[in-house]
Amino acid sequence: MDFNDSPKEAAFRKEVRAWLTENIPDEKEIDDLDYIEKAKFWQKKKYDAGWACIRWPVEHGGRNATPIEQVIWDQEESNFRTPESIFGIGHGMCAPTMMTWATEEQNKRYLPKLASGEEVWCQLFSEPAGGSDLAALRTKAERDGDDWVINGQKIWTSGAHYSDFGVLVVRTDPTAQKHQGLSYFFIDMKSPGIDIKPIKQISGGANFNEVYFSDVRIPDQQRLGSVGQGWQVALTTLMNERASIGGGGGGVNFDSVFALAQKTLMNGRPAIEDQQVRAKLADWYTQESGLKYTGYRSMTALSKGEIPGPENSIGKLVGAPKQQDMAAFALDLLDANGSIWDENFSESAGLFQATFMASPGLRIAGGTDEIMANIIAERVLGLPQDIRVDKGIPFSEIPTSKKQQ
Amino acid sequence: MNFEFSDDQQLLREQARSFLSENCSMKEVRKILEGDAPYDKNLWEKIVNLGWTATTIPEEYEGLGLSYLELCVIAEELGRSLAPIPFSSSVYLATESIVLNGTAEQKSLYLPKLASGELIGCFAANEKDGFLSPETLSTEVSGGKISGEKMPVVDGDTADFAIVFAKNDEQSDASTYIINLDDPDIEKIPLKSIDPSRNQVKLVFHGAHAEPLGNTQEGWKFINTLYDRAAILFAWEQIGGADTALTMAKEYAMDRFAFGRPIGSFQAIKHKLANIYVKNTLARSNCYYGAWALSTNAQEISIAAASARVSSIQAFYYASKENIQTHGGMGFTWEFDCQIPYRRARLLAANIGSENVWQDKLIASIEAARAA
Repeated sequence: MDFNDSPKEAAFRKEVRAWLTENIPDEKEIDDLDYIEKAKFWQKKKYDAGWACIRWPVEHGGRNATPIEQVIWDQEESNFRTPESIFGIGHGMCAPTMMTWATEEQNKRYLPKLASGEEVWCQLFSEPAGGSDLAALRTKAERDGDDWVINGQKIWTSGAHYSDFGVLVVRTDPTAQKHQGLSYFFIDMKSPGIDIKPIKQISGGANFNEVYFSDVRIPDQQRLGSVGQGWQVALTTLMNERASIGGGGGGVNFDSVFALAQKTLMNGRPAIEDQQVRAKLADWYTQESGLKYTGYRSMTALSKGEIPGPENSIGKLVGAPKQQDMAAFALDLLDANGSIWDENFSESAGLFQATFMASPGLRIAGGTDEIMANIIAERVLGLPQDIRVDKGIPFSEIPTSKKQQ
Repeated sequence: MNFEFSDDQQLLREQARSFLSENCSMKEVRKILEGDAPYDKNLWEKIVNLGWTATTIPEEYEGLGLSYLELCVIAEELGRSLAPIPFSSSVYLATESIVLNGTAEQKSLYLPKLASGELIGCFAANEKDGFLSPETLSTEVSGGKISGEKMPVVDGDTADFAIVFAKNDEQSDASTYIINLDDPDIEKIPLKSIDPSRNQVKLVFHGAHAEPLGNTQEGWKFINTLYDRAAILFAWEQIGGADTALTMAKEYAMDRFAFGRPIGSFQAIKHKLANIYVKNTLARSNCYYGAWALSTNAQEISIAAASARVSSIQAFYYASKENIQTHGGMGFTWEFDCQIPYRRARLLAANIGSENVWQDKLIASIEAARAA
């Protein structure tokens, strides 16, 4: 056991670090840009030097890097202050789906511009009636000549308002069984008939959107997979939700709560001296180190050219509730002042309050805690699926509310 | 990055697992749990022949001189099989005490016999309810003779000698001593154990001969060093046991039908088992880091040990209690084996300091590391 890079990995890390040190954008250089322009500026800079989407084939804008090289790149880049990315969904989910299902001609047209950040992509999956039960989506597509006509509504679409393209799952046959009546397209987000409305979140931000489709036309050439094969294509997208290897992420963590407990007082003594505080901090520390070393185990598999085991699937299920619990605990340490969320008066400019308000979303986005637990139980432990009352009947006959039962 | 056991170590794991599944089934564990024998002598002789008691003893003392990674592998598999043998007491505590702190003479005398299984050791530190510290000791050595009481002493009924933590009349700090348990001036009073597959006794010393273990200075510091190292090996046993509890729960949830379907298809059960898997995975990854720290004598060993220990105590407890819950009423019957991991989880959690002790140690180690 050792934590060292192989000689080849070390050389790659050195090269990456040298390039990043030389090319990280100067604050002044991008000061006037908004966050979208900043993200695009940095992505383009990486692309021009051959450091964008490094695992992709060269002809699609990448550099044919190995999975472990991607991890090394991510680790090194995370050591620098870089503009926040707006390309996670496009690079991580839409592109792998295109590579698997689109024509070579389409990939040559779309992927390099996705890699360079000139075009941003979003994912149009969830609907008001299809969240955890994604395949229950109802947005319909009807064939009209060489086009499909789309009507319906998507929801929770991150970044729809700045996206150029999106991947879209729709129902093409309501008389087929739930999973069998779906088809998959990519769509120009500037198409007539698309109406995007931001959703204001409890944290105050508004990165999600509702997206309405009124007679929106999509050429049949933009269909991925055959008609009725949409669920299978969607699984390609979902399987590619990027495994976060070795990442701690932002927000509240052990270090921030530990530091807070050292300086806040409890009965006139630093809170860190209290046994209950120590016990809780110890538990969170072991969760964080457990996740960190789980990441190292996955990295080891990647380094050997193997596929990591299922252990990495626990990251979100552990990390999201932990953020919420730690934030609430930190607010308790602040006592009465924990109820203020004012950048001018709150500890750490309101970091704990912001995490407290943002963390409910982390436990829901990309699969709720409950869905993540189901996935671990079914795919990792091999437990049987829940019985589904909507199995084996046409989608149009599935009850959707209490009244219809 | 190579954060994985080597191919040879993986092979050792497979051999250990298949050996133990043949020689240490739940039926065998239950024989010790229900019977009068203090441990599975037959199994002990076999694992001695496999060289497991000699794993990390240096070759000059007739050991195998393997790394601590090999010992972690063996610990996990012994934990998985819930083996009713005094391995943790004799190997992680008694043998390790002599390897770490014994004089050359003590090493020559004890280590070859511990390697060959001729001697079994145990460790006696605690005396009464509450956290261990030098201030809690009343056992004292005076003029080379020990008097006082130690309770509980795990595997004390089985062991030939004990490493005993005691005050002495010559220096302020407490020290460790080697005490031959055949000494007529020692009483062994059997205690009822929460895990009867591992015996515990009370040792009463009436002036038995006490031989100082190596350098007797800074006995408390030595205990902490020893416990850090032992905690990592205990944690591997615990994660092995936690895995067994998960497997038992999973198999039962697949086989048992209620309301016309396997209970494993209900989300209430699925989420429970997923939670066990999550806790086991976090603890296992902490154990990996502990194994690395132990095998390389890393500076971070105190943090690594406490992280592994805290998360493994919690994982084994959670897995073993929720395994009973998954089994419903049957899990609460004597006939079912769910009690075995539940009992073992508690025994291992109580040895060498409980969860609270190690949570506190973890934060203390982090404070020390950050102040440095």
